Amino acid sequence: MSGTGPRENIFPTRMALTNTKLRLKGAQTGHSLLAKKRDALTTRFRAILRRVDEAKRKMGRVMQLASFSLAEVTYATGDISYLVQEQAKSASFKVKARQENVSGVVLPAFEVDRVPGSDFNLTGLGRGGQQVLRAKEVYAKAVETLVDLASLQTAFMILDEVIRATNRRVNAIEHVIIPRLENTIKYITSELDEMDREEFFRLKKVQGKKKRDAEATEAARKQKEAAELVQLPPDLAGGGGDLLGSKDEDVIF
Amino acid sequence: MAAPSQERNLLAVIGDEDTVTGMLLAGIGNVSQNQKKNFLVVDTKTQIPTIEAAFEEFTQRKDIAILLINQHVAEKIRPMVDKYQEPFPALLEIPSKDHPYDPSKDSILKRVHKLFGE
Repeated sequence: MSGTGPRENIFPTRMALTNTKLRLKGAQTGHSLLAKKRDALTTRFRAILRRVDEAKRKMGRVMQLASFSLAEVTYATGDISYLVQEQAKSASFKVKARQENVSGVVLPAFEVDRVPGSDFNLTGLGRGGQQVLRAKEVYAKAVETLVDLASLQTAFMILDEVIRATNRRVNAIEHVIIPRLENTIKYITSELDEMDREEFFRLKKVQGKKKRDAEATEAARKQKEAAELVQLPPDLAGGGGDLLGSKDEDVIF
Repeated sequence: MAAPSQERNLLAVIGDEDTVTGMLLAGIGNVSQNQKKNFLVVDTKTQIPTIEAAFEEFTQRKDIAILLINQHVAEKIRPMVDKYQEPFPALLEIPSKDHPYDPSKDSILKRVHKLFGE
């Protein structure tokens, strides 16, 4: 009943009851909407999860291939790492961030933005140019895979965060807000009922008192009337008789 | 959620010599005006504070979208890597030539498996 559980501290009136009922309805709508959102996100999340797992494994293979092609380069040309590191000036392999919307959550997706540059054209000029070129291609492919994986992973992290927040909200509404509003409504209803009963009782009392008073006055009136009836005749007779029967000396005729 | 800004378009790499060379061959290398490179070569002589500083710098930089790090290098600064939760830049652990990929060590895959309940 009204005393159980936490409730809001408001004065129990009909208006407060209406307001609280409206708020409860709002909370329930919000709860179902958030639950739907959570389900949609979770579906998406599971799909991404699976793809992340796959992509990570694929990455392992791709990188192995790439390392192998670099080993070929080293075999053919000798160590080019110092040369390559010194020649790096500006990136020709960049990414662009694209946005995707999943039930109100912005997920970034990276896209490869590759400018066909002429970097390292002179690398391997002496020998092993073929291998260098191949290694370049293989590594570019590998990095593309990595970029895909990165966007999946970022989406995964953001979704994880958002799902957690949504879950928190759903649970808060379900376990805190709705019970509190329900308790408030119960409290107000019981208070109002109590007031109704009090009012009814008071009215009954008033009515009873009025009736009693009316009866009392009636009885008094009746008693008075009766008394008057008893008193009147001798009065009237005596008075009249007296007046007529007695001889007044002042009356000269 | 912070929207990815348009300036984030570089990849950064922390790894051993071969990995970095390969990535640079693919064309991700970039040296900014004040001579800041977006890659770090880690060999056996590289001190851990150096790696940590580079990791810190790459994750703070506003123009890097993806940070690639060799798994065996990530292993050296594992607490930092595990603590890193930001969506941008995306942190990616990649295998290297001498160290085959071990999915069970990856901080992301660890979470994936935790969520799958395995």
